[in-house]
Amino acid sequence: MIHSLFLINCSGDIFLEKHWKSVVSQSVCDYFFEAQEKAIDVENVPPVISTPHHYLISIYRDKIFFVSVIQTEVPPLFVIEFLHRVADTFQDYFGECSETAIKDNVVIVYELLEEMLDNGFPLATESNILKELIKPPTILRSVVNSITGSSNVGDTLPTGQLSNIPWRRAGVKYTNNEAYFDVIEEIDAIIDKSGSTVFAEIQGVIDSCIKLSGMPDLSLSFMNPRLLDDVSFHPCIRFKRWESERVLSFIPPDGNFRLISYRVSSQNLVAIPVYVKHMISFKENSSSGRFDVTIGPKQNMGKTVEGVVMTVHMPKAVLNMSLTATQGSYTFDPVTKVLTWDVGKITPQKLPNLKGIVNLQSGAPKPEENPSLNIQFKIQQLAISGLKVNRLDMYGEKYKPFKGVKYITKAGKFQVRT
Amino acid sequence: MAASPAYGEEKGGSSSLGEPEYGHDPASGGIFSSDYKRHDDLKEMLDSNKDSLKLEAMKRIVAMIARGKNASDLFPAVVKNVACKNIEVKKLVYVYLVRYAEEQQDLALLSISTFQRGLKDPNQLIRASALRVLSSIRVPIIVPIMMLAIKEAASDMSPYVRKTAAHAIPKLYSLDSDQKDQLIEVIEKLLADKTTLVAGSVVMAFEEVCPERIDLIHKNYRKLCNLLIDVEEWGQVVIINMLTRYARTQFLSPNQNESLLEENAEKAFYGSEEEDAKDAKAEAASLAKRKPYVMDPDHRLLLRNTKPLLQSRNAAVVMAVAQLYFHLAPKAEVGVIAKALVRLLRSHSEVQYVVLQNVATMSIKRRGMFEPYLKSFYIRSTDPTQIKILKLEVLTNLANETNISTILREFQTYIRSMDKDFVAATIQAIGRCATNIGKVRDTCLNGLVQLLSNRDDLAKAGSLPTELVVIKKLLQMQPAQHSEIIKHMAKLTDNIQVPMARASILWLIGEYCEHVPKIAPDVLRKMAKSFTNEEDIVKLQVINLAAKLYLTNSKQSKLLTQYVLNLAKYDQNYDIRDRARFIRQLIVPTEKSGALNKYAKKLFLAQKPAPVLESSFKDRDHFQLGSLSHLLNAKAVGYQELPDWPDEAPDPSVRNVEVPEWTKCTIREKRKEKVEKPFYSDSEGESGATESADSEPESGSEESGSSSSSGSSSSGSEEEEEEEEEEEHSEEQSEDKEEEEEEKRPKRKEKEGSRKAAPRSVGSPSEEEEEEEGAKKSKKKKALQGRKGRAETSSEEASTSESSSSGSDSGSEAETKRRKAPPSSKAGPKEISLLDLDDFTPPPPQPIPSSSIVSTSLVTDLEGLTLTDTSLTPTLLSPAFGTVKTYELLHRMAGEGLAVEYCFSRRPFPGDPHMVAVQIQISNNTDAEVKNLRVSEPKPLSGMRIQEFPEIESLAPGDTASVVMGIDFCDSTQAANFQLCTHTRHFYVSIQPPVGELMAPVFMSENEFKKEQGKLTGMSEITEKLTLPEKCRSDHAIVQQVTSAANVGRVPCGASNEYRFAAKTVTSGSLVLITLERREGGLAQLTINSEKMVIGTMLVKDISQALAQ
Repeated sequence: MIHSLFLINCSGDIFLEKHWKSVVSQSVCDYFFEAQEKAIDVENVPPVISTPHHYLISIYRDKIFFVSVIQTEVPPLFVIEFLHRVADTFQDYFGECSETAIKDNVVIVYELLEEMLDNGFPLATESNILKELIKPPTILRSVVNSITGSSNVGDTLPTGQLSNIPWRRAGVKYTNNEAYFDVIEEIDAIIDKSGSTVFAEIQGVIDSCIKLSGMPDLSLSFMNPRLLDDVSFHPCIRFKRWESERVLSFIPPDGNFRLISYRVSSQNLVAIPVYVKHMISFKENSSSGRFDVTIGPKQNMGKTVEGVVMTVHMPKAVLNMSLTATQGSYTFDPVTKVLTWDVGKITPQKLPNLKGIVNLQSGAPKPEENPSLNIQFKIQQLAISGLKVNRLDMYGEKYKPFKGVKYITKAGKFQVRT
Repeated sequence: MAASPAYGEEKGGSSSLGEPEYGHDPASGGIFSSDYKRHDDLKEMLDSNKDSLKLEAMKRIVAMIARGKNASDLFPAVVKNVACKNIEVKKLVYVYLVRYAEEQQDLALLSISTFQRGLKDPNQLIRASALRVLSSIRVPIIVPIMMLAIKEAASDMSPYVRKTAAHAIPKLYSLDSDQKDQLIEVIEKLLADKTTLVAGSVVMAFEEVCPERIDLIHKNYRKLCNLLIDVEEWGQVVIINMLTRYARTQFLSPNQNESLLEENAEKAFYGSEEEDAKDAKAEAASLAKRKPYVMDPDHRLLLRNTKPLLQSRNAAVVMAVAQLYFHLAPKAEVGVIAKALVRLLRSHSEVQYVVLQNVATMSIKRRGMFEPYLKSFYIRSTDPTQIKILKLEVLTNLANETNISTILREFQTYIRSMDKDFVAATIQAIGRCATNIGKVRDTCLNGLVQLLSNRDDLAKAGSLPTELVVIKKLLQMQPAQHSEIIKHMAKLTDNIQVPMARASILWLIGEYCEHVPKIAPDVLRKMAKSFTNEEDIVKLQVINLAAKLYLTNSKQSKLLTQYVLNLAKYDQNYDIRDRARFIRQLIVPTEKSGALNKYAKKLFLAQKPAPVLESSFKDRDHFQLGSLSHLLNAKAVGYQELPDWPDEAPDPSVRNVEVPEWTKCTIREKRKEKVEKPFYSDSEGESGATESADSEPESGSEESGSSSSSGSSSSGSEEEEEEEEEEEHSEEQSEDKEEEEEEKRPKRKEKEGSRKAAPRSVGSPSEEEEEEEGAKKSKKKKALQGRKGRAETSSEEASTSESSSSGSDSGSEAETKRRKAPPSSKAGPKEISLLDLDDFTPPPPQPIPSSSIVSTSLVTDLEGLTLTDTSLTPTLLSPAFGTVKTYELLHRMAGEGLAVEYCFSRRPFPGDPHMVAVQIQISNNTDAEVKNLRVSEPKPLSGMRIQEFPEIESLAPGDTASVVMGIDFCDSTQAANFQLCTHTRHFYVSIQPPVGELMAPVFMSENEFKKEQGKLTGMSEITEKLTLPEKCRSDHAIVQQVTSAANVGRVPCGASNEYRFAAKTVTSGSLVLITLERREGGLAQLTINSEKMVIGTMLVKDISQALAQ
């Protein structure tokens, strides 16, 4: 299985290595660097690279390459999924999965990696178990540790690993018992030139933050569970009850976790909350072009569309842009050729508009393609699919928990072709 | 290891970014330089007495290791601390030890004794961690110690330690492969383990050490299938992949009939195939045109148990199941994986990459599967190029006559992309679509040519060569019709500068010079002029063109050809010189030229087969999907070939019987011993492995339970029938349960005689009566569709059978007696019949003026019976009431003279089996008539339903009326609130059910009970110890107390000090299993297994209270 792991930053420094079997020389990463060079773009580095003696499987997360060394046949997704789990764990522990965070906490990182894999096979990947084994660093604790000399390693032995519910640790206690659910839906869409929808679907997740004492047994039911077409579950969910009753019944892990992710059946028509009017043209034989984009709300069910940001990858030939925005501000990065327009909230009375001149490289041919516009937005308190949580019941514990459900709709991969 | 000193230098350069804390660490400037003192520092710290100093030192050392710097010279100082008390220091020392032990083997041995001590520690976690570190130290000398430790740990009490032992096996194997045989023994032992914790790890060890020993799996196959869903996700992946391979060797191809019969793979539909097979069977075997395919029940078991895992959050698990379905499932069922795979496309780009590769392979073979998701493969400009290209591949594979226009429209957008690689791939894709779908060939071709002409600056268009190459290939298919295009291309030679493109055009003109007789020589003339400035590849094509023209049109081109060949003769490139020489010899006739000359024309202008534009993913499916080898399209080290289906058709039933016999005899006997132990958690796996047809463990219904347990005693043909039925219903199994049951009934009746352990069969004789009474109880018809839980069904039948028998005759009673033969009861037939009658004699029919009287008298009768039958054999007691508790709904005072009481009659509520029947007794203590008594405005909590009783017109003073209403409590003990109205008043009342009333008894055999119990362990098991008071120690008293506390049915039991009861909750039909074990001195242990944990906990409380009274 997984032989070694190298963490490499964007400038090509190997800043951490960990071996689970005998040591593999860093020079194996040269093959990776070679592939990286060839790919030009970081996201085009092939995730699986074959070298004479090893296979390198890598992921790219938060400006770090996680490169694992494999010697024998193993399902590539197994490794990829595991590496992402490692990155998630770092994120969970340090708040961010960055090079500095990892370097600052190198000992904890090493202890974590030691627990997560045994001889290259995943051992403990549940964050609840890991947190029992190795306590995440907090400012308070690091101060206390430096004074008392106590450590971050848990002195209680982890019982979670032994139980039938490995995702929950024992003996959880809170004074305020709370259970929050965020229903987050993202609209993936491709809108074509004429404004008609080529493809649209809704992908949703329910992220939970559960801080309940003891061993609560929760069941969450929906008003309209039929909407959910394809669902994937956290292992804590009892599959049978979902199959028979369409109720999510589970003993939750402690803390933050993703309860389910789902797709709304594609038969349902997706309401697209915004429309974009655009006029982008480059003149023949002249070094300029016109750019005019207006964004407006549409079918937003009475809620305001906010946090609107438009990003456009302009063609290489574009030198500069001089635009005026009626709302928000725009930036254009002449190196990456990315135009970003931060619009903010859309008010239907005055539609935001961005208009102006595009300067092209003189002598360069007119770009063949109009760039596509990527739109981001957010709508609070609305699940665009209409999904509604009906009720949450708790069994097994006596206290009354505080319960809350929040709905958000966002743009996922929302693209307007021009 | 040789390279490790080198790191130091390499890192020395790159560590400039290092954080201050570690930036100054000793190794950064090269270890043996002036910084050497720093190491002394660390040594001092390690030698000190203070844990905090040691910890600090260890942290710095680990930081060094993490950055790939050499810290091996600290080994002696570090290893001393292996026995340190501080856990964190200890852990860090372990990290260090595992890293450097290989280099410093002698010193490493110093630490071994510490671990050996740890292996004996009473704490399982310490034992496990000691084994883990010990086995990670790669020192060959300790192999025997490791072997011993692993063997010991493999039979450890704690499953966690056994898991660690499983992990240690591959470690030892990689250290010393001579230990293989011994290790296989350990693996064999651990494979028989029944805990989910061990399963994944041991299969991983199996795959690394002895993947060829497939025979070890046989006896564990069913267990692995059944445990699968509870194994941790990483283990699931490994097990599923292994089982895929296993199934390929053991079962027949589910698609074999198709491949024999159907040429047209698209139309082959498995379901109809199956029916064909059935018809053929029914007609007679004499026809014997082919053997109908019947899926092995074990094969089905695997498919069914893996399906829910498609919903896993782990992409690797989903992919593993997908490949299992792709390789093992009948064609019609493979479709289910498409949805899950498409879901993964939302994940990280690396996941997308791998999934798309696999989808590409699948979509070639099973195009229909992904067609509904076509749009999910549309490309966004933000996708990375490698993803775009893979999506394009999938889109191309999915293209067919109906969707091609949509796809081409998409492609049109892609062609204008800025990403040149992607554009090139799109053009290739268009070419492939055009080749595959004749209808659009012309459109594609014209489109591409237009594209060519529209380019403003052709020289710079990066995609141009591909475009031309594709056009070239397309033209090659029907050159005659496209001379216009060739002419157009000829014109382009003036503008096009890209060598590859020029070469392609020249080749085209040469090949089809007969279609463009006027233009071709002119092109040659132009090319001859610029010959010296052309690229090599173009020069070669110029020579080719010249040769072809010379052969077809020598009059016009003879001189030109000579000229070109002369130029080529003095070219700098020897390839070109060679070519020129060769061609001159071939085409220009001289005295010396041999026989070849005559055939020159044939050589040059032979019909060339049109190139096939094929997907690079074709035939990749001979690698197991989802594997590294598949991704690389090359065999990776350690890849286990996916075997072909066996040709030989092993008779499935024979195979079933033989499974245990293939394995070694001794082992089997050992296993048998284990089976006999009444260890519940084992029972699932065990019974699964020993019974021949474990056909419906998932649904866990009574129906399947009885059929599977009887399967072992009955013939194989019966299984087949069941299997077929199941096949038909596999899609909507759960919805169709009811129908299926109905269908099965007639068959079942015929088989009744042969059935022994099927208590369910007792219910069926009365079914005819039920049918007869159907008219009378037409209300029930409606209920029929609604009923799902078997418990209700059976008890409903029971009640009808009762009603007819209480009518007067004892005929049905006798019949019942004849058919029923409870497995564990050795009592005389008379008692049995009576008891059984009682079993199915919950309360008398509808208007029950005095139900309690009847029932209590029955119970007293029984008391007599059980007492005389000094209960060596456990007797079946009435599941119904001991004494019926009455609760007050409305007190006389509060109700202004109207008193209302209620009790739970424990009878199924006639209109709806999900409702609990509540009998309400209303007495009018006023001196006036009460009119219009009714329930109004029920305010049930969500999900709760109330079926009101019919309005009572009037109730005379002093009179009492009894009515029944039904309440669906949704398996919760929350109160049902409603108003009770009279013509004058409204009373708010509420009924709160005791938890014991939320269920209805079910009847099962001991085996079934154990099996179900095995499925409900872990968090669904609640155990409590209690002390029984003096008066409550007799069998009778215990049973009575339990049955009065809860509406449960007694399950026969072999042991005299154990009592088992079973019931199902009324609303959801989840099983509630109660076990009471009586021990010495009035102690007892109460265990309740139920999916509904809340009900379980409350029930424990209620029952222990009842027993304590």
